[in-house]
Amino acid sequence: MEIFKYKKPLSLMSKSKRFGLLSVAVLVFALGLIFTKGFNYGIDFAGGTLIQVQYEGKAPIDKVRDAIDTDKSYEGATVTFFGGEDEIVIKTKMSSKNLGEDVGDRVRALLKETGKFEVRRVDMVGAKVGSELREQGIMSMLLAILGILIYVSFRFEWRFAVASVLALVHDVTIAMGMIVLFNIEVNLDILAALLTILGYSLNDTIIVFDRIREGIRTIKDPDLGGIIDESVSRTLSRTTLTSLTTFFVVLTLFMFGGEIIHGFSFTLLVGVIVGTYSSIFVASPILMWLGFSVGGFREKEAAKLKREKEKEKMRAMYENGTI
Amino acid sequence: MKTLNFRVILFAFALIFGVVFSIPSLTQSEQGKKITLGLDLQGGLHMLLGIKSEIAIESRIKSMAASVKYIFDDEEIIFDELRMVDGEKITFELLDGDDVTKATELLKKGLEGTALSQNGLKFSLEMTEAETERTKQNAIQQAVDTIRNRLNEFGLAEPTVAKQGEDKILVEVPGIKTQEDEQRIRELIARAAHLQLMAVDEDRNARVGSMSAAEAKSYGDVILQDVNSPEKYLLRAIPVLDGSMLTDAKVGFDENNQPVINFTLNGQGAKIFGDFTGKYVGKRMAVVLDNKVYSAPNINERIGGGRVQISGRFQLSEAHDLAIALRSGALLAPVYVMEKRSVGPSLGADSIRSSSIALMLGFILVVIFMVIYYGMAGVVANVALIGNLFLILAIMSLFGATLTLPGMAGIVLTVGMAVDANVIINERIRELLHAGKSIGKSIEDGYSNAFTAIWDANVTTLIAATVLYAYGTGAIKGFALTMSIGILASMLTAIVGTHGIYQWILPKIDKNKLGFWFGIRKEGK
Repeated sequence: MEIFKYKKPLSLMSKSKRFGLLSVAVLVFALGLIFTKGFNYGIDFAGGTLIQVQYEGKAPIDKVRDAIDTDKSYEGATVTFFGGEDEIVIKTKMSSKNLGEDVGDRVRALLKETGKFEVRRVDMVGAKVGSELREQGIMSMLLAILGILIYVSFRFEWRFAVASVLALVHDVTIAMGMIVLFNIEVNLDILAALLTILGYSLNDTIIVFDRIREGIRTIKDPDLGGIIDESVSRTLSRTTLTSLTTFFVVLTLFMFGGEIIHGFSFTLLVGVIVGTYSSIFVASPILMWLGFSVGGFREKEAAKLKREKEKEKMRAMYENGTI
Repeated sequence: MKTLNFRVILFAFALIFGVVFSIPSLTQSEQGKKITLGLDLQGGLHMLLGIKSEIAIESRIKSMAASVKYIFDDEEIIFDELRMVDGEKITFELLDGDDVTKATELLKKGLEGTALSQNGLKFSLEMTEAETERTKQNAIQQAVDTIRNRLNEFGLAEPTVAKQGEDKILVEVPGIKTQEDEQRIRELIARAAHLQLMAVDEDRNARVGSMSAAEAKSYGDVILQDVNSPEKYLLRAIPVLDGSMLTDAKVGFDENNQPVINFTLNGQGAKIFGDFTGKYVGKRMAVVLDNKVYSAPNINERIGGGRVQISGRFQLSEAHDLAIALRSGALLAPVYVMEKRSVGPSLGADSIRSSSIALMLGFILVVIFMVIYYGMAGVVANVALIGNLFLILAIMSLFGATLTLPGMAGIVLTVGMAVDANVIINERIRELLHAGKSIGKSIEDGYSNAFTAIWDANVTTLIAATVLYAYGTGAIKGFALTMSIGILASMLTAIVGTHGIYQWILPKIDKNKLGFWFGIRKEGK
């Protein structure tokens, strides 16, 4: 079976302005959401306690709310269904340093009269650890980007690196915007998902760039736009196919993976879509706008080749005993 | 062309290796190295504890003050105004100027790690910075050891207790069944287990009800409460002896069949205890644990042999835990919770089930898609994919790595990404076939053309995964780990393995059936 049969290059670069505008519009929207509505930080980053309780049969959520309200220290605690109707999650900003009797134990005592239940999960993060985790999260994001920047500059050229990192920032920002839009709670797993998007989107971009790099060497066309068009068109089949397989997998994770990894798989789902779009419509035009010169690159490559040849020649002469 | 080649042999070895070493994990057999399930999958308690090391420093300074008093009394140096200031230093004043040299020398010799400063006859004694740091480190290390001992004695499967960072303690306890059990374990960890035997101040004890703490202090006494009732006791502040002289503690039963704790003192402790009980027959001695009076029996006669009993109307489980805490020693400084995650076993089982379903479904979808789209080339890619899965499991088993829920997600994701390499390769091969190259040449060039793209893409993903591993905590580390292993394994299976298979079956590939072999319509030539 063949869906994408390469016949002639699609003219993508001539439409790059339109895609650029679309991206900018979505980016502005996402940034607006992030800065006005802001993230809904979960307990990992904000500190607090989360208690997951499963009842035999339907959870008496009103009774639970009443029971929790009897204790003043739980003011502002939220009680919601989690996944099915038999399970609820209680969240509070409180955390306790006390090892002996903690927030979870006290909630268990409060709920005693509400029915037969089992406490399935208690997560408690102190405020200090929360802010530490947040700092670590931001650090890891920046470090990953820096590492990638260095590697791509080394393997390709600095403009490729800048273009791929801008595409990354584009993807991660849009994914963050969607997280805010759908009010997904930001915990450590969301951070992991964002970092995965980083890797995944980059993966996609690199494969397109690799083809462009190859195109610069083999395609006679001196115009970068033409080279990009042909290279992108030739990888289009692969890009969509891989995205499709990854999309399948993430979708099954989203649908059948259970409530706990819902936020994680949702973020990935967004990432796969945006990452695919950006590697085709964002990364390559940026390369063009950064003023990448085909001639310059070819000259550099030629110079590199010449240097290597000379070295070899010298070595040969050395080995033959001429020097 | 040779039918068998080094690539396919290497792949076969990898496959055998993968299957053999993943069997213990898949069957969960007793023998062999296998993957440990993370606490989020098997249920358990994960805690990050902080330590109030300033308390350890304070008590160190207290004991310094006691040493100063002891040294000066011993050498008959007269002093006054011995005080602790802000829990940081000790000040005192010598009354005789002739003692200054002697006192300075004695303190320098007798108290290591301290700095003495002098202003006329007024002195102040501080801990050096290095000594403060050493005391802090010591408190953490002691807490780690003590908590580990307590958990081991409690009889739990495989608790982990380790120092994390500069001043944190990581505690992981798998296999806790109920929240009640968990609370019991937390109480066991938190127990300071500071045991003291103290004399009751019988002359003034009658007035304890109306006495203020300050008044008690002026007599050199303290007021402590009974553990089970509001009754108060006036006790001599300096204990007869403390828990450091204890050698063993066991649960026993008294004549009423109530649980009690019997403990044994070491030689020195037994001697002090014997002397004390001999001297104070008819008076009471209080057994004090963590500043609560458990009992204050009358001393009827001299008690030798160093055997003492604590009775305090215990529950059996409480007595059991207390005995463990006493045996493993007191905590130098109290610990507190910074982070706690606890997962019940049923939730863990649910997570395993749902993520396995997701993994299977995702896997099946990808496998079917590859066969439909690429024909036999898809089958080859699928063989590599299966090999990849086994390799991930085998490598994780060999390292005894921990599989967490995000780790499962990592494997699921690797399935999606591992076929990527084969998609790239197959697309390249198709391109060359369309261009009219021979099958052999198309395969060889397809692999070499695709290689740089796959390599660069994998390395960059690895960079992201490494950062995630280095900076992530707990479960996130698990995700980064499985993804990294998956990427590395896919290089072997998806690139080397499939290449080998093609070279092996090349003579059988019919150039007139490219639709069957590579899923393309164009007829070969």
